[in-house]
Amino acid sequence: MKAEFTVNGSARTFTFEPDERLLITLRNHGYTEVKNGCLEGVCGACVILLNDKPVNSCQVLTASVTGQTITTVRGIGTLHTPHIIQEAFVEAGAVQCGFCTPGMITAAYALLRENPDPSEAEIKNALDGNLCRCTGYVKIIEAVQRAAQRLRETQGNE
Amino acid sequence: MKKYTRIGKAELKIDSLSLATGNHKFTDDFAVKDSLHLALLYSPHAHAEILDIDDSEARKSSGVMGVFHYKNVKPILHTTAGQGFPEPSPYDTVLFDKKVRFVGDKVAMVAAKSLKEAREALKKIRVEYKILDPLFDPEKAMEADAPKLHGPDHHAAIPVTYDPDKNLAAEVEIGFGDLKKGESEADFIVDETYHAHYASHCAIEPHSVKTFFDEMGRLVIISSTQVPFHARRIVSKVCEFPLAKIRVVKPRIGGGFGAKQEVMLEQLAAWVTIKLKQPATLILSREEVFRSSRTRHPVRTRLTMGVKKNGEITFLDMNTLLNSGAYGTHALTVLSNCGAKVLPLLNKIENLHFLGRSVYTNLPVGGAYRGYGATQGYFALNQHLDIISRKLHVDFIDFVKKHHIREGETSQVFKAIGEGTEGVTQTVKSCELDACLDWGARAIGWKDKRGKRITNGDKVRGIGAAVAMQGSGIPLIDMGAASMKINDDGSFNLDVGATDIGTGSDTILAQIAGEVLGVGPDKIIVLSSDTDRTPFDVGAYASSTTYISGGAVKKCAEKIREQIFDVAVTMKGWDRKDLVLAEESVKNRKTGETVSLSDIAVFALYTKDQFQIQASASHTAPESPPPFIAHFVELDVDKRTGKVDLIRVATAVDCGQAINPVLAEGQVEGAVVNGLSYAMAEKYVFTSKGNLINAHFKDYKIFTAADLPEMKTHIVESYEETGPFGAKSVAEIGINVSMPAIANAIYDAVGVRLFQAPFTPDKVYAALKKAGQL
Repeated sequence: MKAEFTVNGSARTFTFEPDERLLITLRNHGYTEVKNGCLEGVCGACVILLNDKPVNSCQVLTASVTGQTITTVRGIGTLHTPHIIQEAFVEAGAVQCGFCTPGMITAAYALLRENPDPSEAEIKNALDGNLCRCTGYVKIIEAVQRAAQRLRETQGNE
Repeated sequence: MKKYTRIGKAELKIDSLSLATGNHKFTDDFAVKDSLHLALLYSPHAHAEILDIDDSEARKSSGVMGVFHYKNVKPILHTTAGQGFPEPSPYDTVLFDKKVRFVGDKVAMVAAKSLKEAREALKKIRVEYKILDPLFDPEKAMEADAPKLHGPDHHAAIPVTYDPDKNLAAEVEIGFGDLKKGESEADFIVDETYHAHYASHCAIEPHSVKTFFDEMGRLVIISSTQVPFHARRIVSKVCEFPLAKIRVVKPRIGGGFGAKQEVMLEQLAAWVTIKLKQPATLILSREEVFRSSRTRHPVRTRLTMGVKKNGEITFLDMNTLLNSGAYGTHALTVLSNCGAKVLPLLNKIENLHFLGRSVYTNLPVGGAYRGYGATQGYFALNQHLDIISRKLHVDFIDFVKKHHIREGETSQVFKAIGEGTEGVTQTVKSCELDACLDWGARAIGWKDKRGKRITNGDKVRGIGAAVAMQGSGIPLIDMGAASMKINDDGSFNLDVGATDIGTGSDTILAQIAGEVLGVGPDKIIVLSSDTDRTPFDVGAYASSTTYISGGAVKKCAEKIREQIFDVAVTMKGWDRKDLVLAEESVKNRKTGETVSLSDIAVFALYTKDQFQIQASASHTAPESPPPFIAHFVELDVDKRTGKVDLIRVATAVDCGQAINPVLAEGQVEGAVVNGLSYAMAEKYVFTSKGNLINAHFKDYKIFTAADLPEMKTHIVESYEETGPFGAKSVAEIGINVSMPAIANAIYDAVGVRLFQAPFTPDKVYAALKKAGQL
């Protein structure tokens, strides 16, 4: 099958099997920043934004996203122009193996857009769908708090 | 404390931004053109003989390029344990056997043009099984009429006890003093049995491998491995392919925790590439990881200790039964560490006996798992110390302080138990366990809360503690090596065999080199674990990287420093003894003059008597200095439902000088949360036929951010004189303590003792009921 949809601001045509999951399609087309940890909709390594909402891309049929808008962690920020959340993850020591990190940052990005000043409990709940086995989550939570504060300051200055 | 420029600083992990932006590649992120995809057929039976395999329909299936099984793959005995050579694990495995030994054991492999086609073809393989009696109970494994799992040709590669006729994968027995004397001197004896259970490592990246031939016809293996050099050696042996024609590349690894110290997939993909001359990709599904890769060995520990009224321990007898599952990978060494990493903590005991046995069963295969036996052993020991101190009416902390090993002291156990051989005699040169205990007790409010049973409705508050030690590498066995060279601008390449699997070892090794050479991590380009390009290292296991590989990096950088001084002397005519390395330069202490590393590099490379400033160094250690930990848990037990709520935990670690305190804390926090999750949620559930029924994240719960209690972590000040800049290990120790501390806290709250985790409401409820509290 073929369909057109937009990833990180670029509309392009994707080729895929009729029953293919969006995660697999994205990875097959070079978006390897979207990670495959379980294909069961539990680990959260494949979280992307679908029309600005965080979803596990392994639970979405590619055929269902025709014409829609997808953002991966590279759409949030890149190595040369990182987003404040990505910088905060680096500074807080929240990245160990980094396999869960793209999904984690995408989930955090979605949270902070909805709720710029989340409590610790709200951060924990927002990240409940993202498994990490390396960090124990402590520095991830700290990174989100750090990013939230900096984003608020940045927006306050604008 | 020593003053450092780079050591002890929270330098940013050098690969973290590239990971946070999704830039860095893991194994499955490499695009390998025209790769075949591999799928594995697994045994549905716990124990069976394969009478026949008919692959004729599968071979005709769409896209199929090859089908592999016992009929067409040469059976070369080996172990999948990625350990040093010769491996201390028994040679009891071949690529495809005529016998299957657990539900999930591999039977056949299909190589096809797509994963879908490979999986479709699996369904067309006809296997005729003769079902054999299964063996599930490790306690019965050594009985004369127990089913036998392994054949007569299976053997140990080193002279150790191995007896497949008794399903005995390994046995370790040591002792000193006189138990009978200890018994007669005791005022009371505490004899209890503890069960540590199965668990999955749950690295979020599943085991992954890609193989292909490069332009020169050499076999390239990109693998999610903790042990690239061992993988190269084992693949060469099992595939009978020259080692010189194999290159193992370690990209970014999505967590290991011991799971990827196993060489299981590399030889399968390599076999396909060698036979079919095509690239191959093998990525395990999450279900395959749970079911067919490796697990934490379940261990039953019976601990018997005699105690005098004055608190003296008159004897200790530890009887350990390790369920190795269907194969004996790490069966000897994890078993050894159940004693070797645990018993030296109580080094004043004069009468001691340890008997450990690892037995085969028709259940999933154990393996290396962070903690490596110490987790299982400390679950028993810490509860035992809690029971004894309560009987003595002595505070747990005071009791531990009275008995634990201290600086300047040794334990006979260090020498008695090694890794399949004798261990080494060593004296503890740094131990800040008292400081750990004191910090943790303050952080948790031990004095105010212990034994108070503060009640709020149905909930009762409890508080518990646990302590542990670990090691830093395997003495006289583990070796790490490093090489370095200078570049025109005074930057350095640092090539290490050490295997960063997400721990941050690339970063801390750069900090160690940077401390010697006066440069920051931005001036050190680290390449780790490429068997063509970096020197050897045993890999990421046994908490060895900081201590062993770090030692190699330090030596290597010191050799580079000497060459830099040579050039400075030639350039400036300075007296060598006046030279020190300062910030990116050599400084003459006498005159205050400096010359930059960049000028030195340019002089050496282009100006006169040109040469490359370069060096390499290797490091082994005659001892394995233990880090220490104290861990405290505060929780509520709901007396009506049996539900346990974790409120807060406090953890203090003595890891020597932390090279990078933020990364060290991260290691401790990650290990502790894994330990909490193991204690509270994780378990393998089997049918009566040995079939794992919860091989999915949706059924096998691991902790998320939402499950966290309040977490306090502290690295105490410490200095280990034998370590690089005072460092010991930190990666494993944190996982050993939560399960016993929680059990001790549950007892503190409600007076019932749980000898087996996870501490789910049903278990706690049943224990309360049994104790007559409901």
